[in-house]
Amino acid sequence: MTKSELIDILAAEQDHLPHKDVEEAVRRILERMSGALSSGERIEIRGFGSFSLHYRPPRIGRNPKTGESVSLAGKHVPHFKPGKELRDRVNQAFQELQEPSDQEK
Amino acid sequence: MALTKADMAEHLFDELGLNKREAKDIVEMFFEEIRTALERGEQVKLSGFGNFDLREKKERPGRNPKTGEEIPITARRVVTFRPGQKLKSRVEAYAGSDR
Repeated sequence: MTKSELIDILAAEQDHLPHKDVEEAVRRILERMSGALSSGERIEIRGFGSFSLHYRPPRIGRNPKTGESVSLAGKHVPHFKPGKELRDRVNQAFQELQEPSDQEK
Repeated sequence: MALTKADMAEHLFDELGLNKREAKDIVEMFFEEIRTALERGEQVKLSGFGNFDLREKKERPGRNPKTGEEIPITARRVVTFRPGQKLKSRVEAYAGSDR
């Protein structure tokens, strides 16, 4: 599912809202999330998961072409930890695919 | 302090002129539709932000940390997040005062 497919689904469910508004809402949700992370703020969505920053310490890297050493500064990278509901729903659907016979009652 | 669904709804209410109910519903549905797609086994790609991918893990040996008893961790499907280039660059620039 892409962002534009997600927008179409939401617009169909919220059919009293103009498609343009749904588009703008999705854009703003994602911008708010990116903005939070880039200022070091965590995101916590119950049942979905949490986003936080992980720190990568400075290290000596190597230019693969020249073999030259380059010192790389420490940096932060985004990290996502799925919440329990998301983990369970994804895995449960997978287990049902694996053993369809157990589901037939 | 962390960003929550309530904060996002408030932001849509303030900035977009959606009413509170609409703002709350759209934030709720945004996350629910992502969960539903992942549940169906579909990858979710949000350009500029990142991708939610699915990975299948094989069964592996595990241990009950309390009793030390060996119990296999069953094969499962898990969600991983790969931040997009744009988000990575923005976050990289965060100097961080807590380090």
